[in-house]
Amino acid sequence: MWRDAALVCGKDLRIELRSRVLVWQVVPFGILALILFALALGPSLDALRHGAPGILWLALLLASVLASSRSAAIEATEGTRATVRLLGLDAAGVFLGKVLALAVQLLVLTGILELGLLVLFHVDGGRLALATPLSCFAVVALAAVGTLYGALVAGTDVATTLLPLLVLPALAPVLIAGERGTASVLAGGGPGRWAIVLAVMAVAYLAVGVVLYGPLEDPS
Amino acid sequence: MAPAVTLRSAVALLGRFPALAGVDLDVEEGSVLAVLGPNGAGKTTLLHLLAGLLGLRSGTGHVLGCDLASQRRALRPQVGLLGHRPMLYPELSAAENLAFGLRAVRRPPGEAVAALERVGLAGALATVPSRSLSAGQQRRMGLAWLVARRPALWLLDEPAAGLDEEGRALCDALVEEAARGGATVVLTSHDPDGATRVADAVVRLAGGVVAAAWVGERVHRVA
Repeated sequence: MWRDAALVCGKDLRIELRSRVLVWQVVPFGILALILFALALGPSLDALRHGAPGILWLALLLASVLASSRSAAIEATEGTRATVRLLGLDAAGVFLGKVLALAVQLLVLTGILELGLLVLFHVDGGRLALATPLSCFAVVALAAVGTLYGALVAGTDVATTLLPLLVLPALAPVLIAGERGTASVLAGGGPGRWAIVLAVMAVAYLAVGVVLYGPLEDPS
Repeated sequence: MAPAVTLRSAVALLGRFPALAGVDLDVEEGSVLAVLGPNGAGKTTLLHLLAGLLGLRSGTGHVLGCDLASQRRALRPQVGLLGHRPMLYPELSAAENLAFGLRAVRRPPGEAVAALERVGLAGALATVPSRSLSAGQQRRMGLAWLVARRPALWLLDEPAAGLDEEGRALCDALVEEAARGGATVVLTSHDPDGATRVADAVVRLAGGVVAAAWVGERVHRVA
């Protein structure tokens, strides 16, 4: 399983390096979301600082749907699906590999969005750095849900529109825990229990994915 | 020779449509079967059934000793399928795609080089993203994957489609090599002339059933 996971993760990251979808589409989308939310809040520095944690996580959540959609699309063509199924790869390994590759990309995205938060929302960079454990657990949860639902909608004609509809409600708990945790850190506390909540979510989503990814990807 | 493929009254559905509506078929190990038929006859569905990618709705089937009702996952790693669509990942080069596939089946990725040379995709062609390759070159990449993987059952869906004269000759040679090496080959075609050049047996599908069959000396009469 771990060998297949490493193989699939390496392949997905190599494809990302070639296609640069993260760099040219997902990151700009996330930054654009930050800017639009900042404009919506108005020029008040207090309002920006107060809204910063929620806006960070909302931008990350929306951008993660794009990244998940791209990750699923890599495997979605008929020829690819047939060939991969004939390779006899371990389904749990494929799931974990795709989650790991997506999580790495989302972690990069999170770092860039946090830089955007420093510039646009004038939050304390030192305090924001303390929220790193939250980000690490959250991106794993986001990647696990995105990969699982990506497999669910793969091969359907409406995958692009259906995926956000399925993923966003499932990720609402991550949004809430991430926002609360980041707000707590920026207010002078620690990530504490919110990091634990996110870690539990990540483990739970991973466990569900390991069990369900095979049957979803290959219903036969 | 032991049968590599045995189907009895095999029915397979595409959605609710019975794309195969009661197929009886025997293919001997190490032989080449050509499946002819018009569009929609069930040729591609038959290949997907034999690959273990599609379930049997009714009837029985055994491929390489695996029961199609219960052992399809065990069957798949023994099968190589050349379909209509490009295999694997268009962002990766032919060499990277083959190396990924070989690693996945626990084989040395270095074997990709020889396979690509065998199909005429060595050098620069092996290193550009495979989406940049022409349809014929992508077809050759699919053939290279089969050469590298050496499956026990080759399933070729209109393998000559998109290939030039040289490519078709190469494809015929690879099929003959595979059969000589003990592999079983099932290929589909619209072109009786091309298919019968290499086939030991021919069946014609129509409406999801075997409408006619020719074996041995009678094969050449199909064309």
